[in-house]
Amino acid sequence: MNIVFYIAAAVSIVSTIMVISRHNPVHALLYLIVSLLSLSLIFFLLGAPFAAILEVIIYAGAIMVLFIFVIMLLNLGEQTAAQERAWLKPKVWIGPSVLCFILLAELVFMMVVQSQPASEPKVVAPKEVAQSLFTAYTIGAELAAMLLMAGVVGAAHIGQHKKLVIHRFLKERAAYEA
Amino acid sequence: MKPEIAMDAPLLLAVILFVLGMIGVVIRKNVIFMLLSVEIMLNAASLAFIVAGSKWGQPDGQVMFLFILAMAAAEVSIGLALILQIYHQHKSLNIDKLKEMNG
Repeated sequence: MNIVFYIAAAVSIVSTIMVISRHNPVHALLYLIVSLLSLSLIFFLLGAPFAAILEVIIYAGAIMVLFIFVIMLLNLGEQTAAQERAWLKPKVWIGPSVLCFILLAELVFMMVVQSQPASEPKVVAPKEVAQSLFTAYTIGAELAAMLLMAGVVGAAHIGQHKKLVIHRFLKERAAYEA
Repeated sequence: MKPEIAMDAPLLLAVILFVLGMIGVVIRKNVIFMLLSVEIMLNAASLAFIVAGSKWGQPDGQVMFLFILAMAAAEVSIGLALILQIYHQHKSLNIDKLKEMNG
């Protein structure tokens, strides 16, 4: 069982590296989906089957489809890939990457110093999660509902297209009609 | 047979994924890739919550995962709507060109 975890972890790390280094947005998106699926397997191994299912359905299913829609709407293909190739020079990314890896080394060092003993993960069934969500965290669930509502309304408002008026007479007429 | 995984390993994975997402936010110039990297960071954070929840056998970790999921969905919908508007106004997704606010 341990080896399954390490394989899934390696897959997720490699595919995440591919996400941040690809030039074509669609390739990056597909690698991100692979990373999410392997993370879902890790959730399952950690005894969180409900979270694993939600990771597949909502993250890999719904949120990534939103990304794909936007990439298709904006028609980001070869042209964007060429642009990215021009932007992503080693001179640009080496400095921040080295700094971030220093940070990573510090975090790993801190965690290795005070390491926890191995313990078998306890399975938390969806029933317990639901009971906790709708008793202790009721206010949080309602706030999340309000957040989603605000997200829907905000996206509908931001995303609406205003008609481009070219002539000023047409503009006056558009204002009159509105 | 129950799986036996040291608690450190998943937490280390969460840290590595978080730092990878941070690198993605810093080095990319395309807004879509930055949004994807933010998603990676959110995922790493929720992995940390799940690890903590499974360590103590409490449902709170998964509840927090649900909240992060809802937050990520709202954030992505708003962010993608903003990206569409930015692309229609500037014909580019390069953040260096979006200097209207002089930040």
